[in-house]
Amino acid sequence: MIGKYLPLLASSLRRKRLRTFFTIASILVAFLLYGLAASLQFALKSGVDVAGADRLLAMHKVSFTQLLPASYESRIKAVDGVVAVSPQTWFGAWFRDERNQFPTFPSDPEAYLRIYPEIKLAEEQKQAWFADRAGALVGRAIADLYGWKVGDQVPLRSAIWRRLDGSDTWDVTVRAIYDLPEGGDTRQIVLHQDYFEEAKQQAKGLIGWYVIKIDDVNRAQAISRQIDLMFANSPAETKTSSERAMAQSFVNQVGNIGAILSAIVAAVFFTMLLVTANTMAQSVRERTNELAVLKTLGFSNGGVLGMVLAESVLVTALGGLLGMFCAWWIGVQFGPTLDQYLPGFRVPPEAFTKSVLYMLALGVVAGAVPAWQAMRLRIVEALRRD
Amino acid sequence: MNAMPVEVAAGTSIVRIRDLVKDYRRGAETVRVLDGLSLDIQQGDFVALMGPSGSGKSTLLNLIGGLDRPTSGTLEVDGLRVDELSEGSLGRWRADHVGFIFQMYNLLPVLTAERNVELPLLLTNLDREQRMRRVAAALKLVGLEHRARHRPRELSGGQEQRVGIARAIVTDPTLLLCDEPTGDLDRKSGDEILNLLEALNAEYGKTIIMVTHDPHAAERAHRVIHLDKGMLSEGSG
Ligand SMILES: Nc1ncnc2c1ncn2[C@@H]1O[C@H](COP(=O)(O)OP(=O)(O)O)[C@@H](O)[C@H]1O
Ligand SMILES: [Mg+2]
Repeated sequence: MIGKYLPLLASSLRRKRLRTFFTIASILVAFLLYGLAASLQFALKSGVDVAGADRLLAMHKVSFTQLLPASYESRIKAVDGVVAVSPQTWFGAWFRDERNQFPTFPSDPEAYLRIYPEIKLAEEQKQAWFADRAGALVGRAIADLYGWKVGDQVPLRSAIWRRLDGSDTWDVTVRAIYDLPEGGDTRQIVLHQDYFEEAKQQAKGLIGWYVIKIDDVNRAQAISRQIDLMFANSPAETKTSSERAMAQSFVNQVGNIGAILSAIVAAVFFTMLLVTANTMAQSVRERTNELAVLKTLGFSNGGVLGMVLAESVLVTALGGLLGMFCAWWIGVQFGPTLDQYLPGFRVPPEAFTKSVLYMLALGVVAGAVPAWQAMRLRIVEALRRD
Repeated sequence: MNAMPVEVAAGTSIVRIRDLVKDYRRGAETVRVLDGLSLDIQQGDFVALMGPSGSGKSTLLNLIGGLDRPTSGTLEVDGLRVDELSEGSLGRWRADHVGFIFQMYNLLPVLTAERNVELPLLLTNLDREQRMRRVAAALKLVGLEHRARHRPRELSGGQEQRVGIARAIVTDPTLLLCDEPTGDLDRKSGDEILNLLEALNAEYGKTIIMVTHDPHAAERAHRVIHLDKGMLSEGSG
């Protein structure tokens, strides 16, 4: 039924090809911008969502780059409400290319898995990793990146830590490869703290920070305070907060970026609204005579209104879909490269849904006034204007 | 097209106008263009409507075709009170009963000849194949079947007007309203258009009302009506 009007719609777009092209191109750019902004916000936010609220981080009060005594572990474990504790240290691992460091932490393997239950790995791999002091738990993304398999021995280099023999090469064996639920970042390696402590040359008896799992999310603040109080007035005071709060403060900072992005996108959409409305107004004005002829032939006022609106929506939908496609393509194409700095950079599904609504809204609003004018057009007056 | 012998239809009024008044408002003042005129046009007739510029010929034609509404008076076409129809039903009525032919052809420039002719059929329930068959028949009747895929600017004025005629007759209306159909054409093309109108009248029984100020064109009609200062007077055709 609608299909038979398509040639009529398409032909009105062909009327001024260049103008149609520019209008569609600017809408394309607007939606591309929207898609990229949504991808960026999604990437920034995904870091927070995965961070558990029942996890605390205890680090040096002065700076998180300063080390803490390894002896704190047992004292923290004794605090009421603490379920598990694991030390962690930034290892500065790289492979092949020193500029591509990836997160690698010597930890207490069993405690680590208890603290991060979302980590998925095969039972026999888990046991194999527990059993091998020089074994590594490797994230799927890293394993795929370098083509590592369970059982492979890999010479990890450290940008920070030297072994007792002065070498910066740490031979570890891939014992287990883990996955995370959809969207999780698996660019990470976990090593044995015991092995690290034994083999490293410097900073003996010191670790980077502690990750702590607690039994009651609501007591996160109280437990944090209790831990910090325990080490107050010692040479290495601690600052404990929940992982989510940390991530949250990070996000609050990037939240401002998000707000700026939203403002820019809103401004761009508003401009597009004006551009499209102007195009439609011109297009209708030029076709006054044609619209009057259509009415003469029996096209109803509502029909003419619908036609102009459909034309407007066709323009915004064409530009919008192309723009979202470009944004999607950029995510697919460059997402993996960006993963290192900005994991999860891709157009989130809800942004696609929203974009379709925006296309419809933009088309309808931009076409509203011209469509209304076309509807109100009086045949005899329009035909006399020739 | 339904062939309809003229003799059978003769004597039946297809257009019946009584005391028709049309005022236009121009700013604060009201201008009376048609001043209480009455007129009967027989089914199958070919009428030329003449008169000086601005005398209201187009206005009268537009009223008969339901493009505009009279200020007062009655207007009956084929037994139906056109002046009483709502705007929506007026549109549907036009689509079914009236074919318009304009001086400037009024084709859609971006559409091919056949798409232009198809336009009125989009409002019907015909499927694409049926529509294209009718379009082909109409274009053949005006002798333009070989120009179906041409756009208006690729056609001569006379050819454009023939596309206009094909568009007007594709729904097989009984009434053809032509507003100076040869006004923008040279003598030769104009004659071809008049031949076509004559044939549509004689062979297909279309009732034709043609506005013209060209006496040469008016000669082709069976009946000539003069309009001046809002009043009608009969002349010989
Ligand atoms: N829509 C309109 N609004 C105001 N005046 C009009 C309108 N249509 C026609 N007129 C006036 O009515 C008169 C008759 O116009 P018209 O019917 O076009 O004359 P014709 O076709 O005989 O040249 C003219 O004076 C014209 O200016
Ligand atoms: Mg006129």
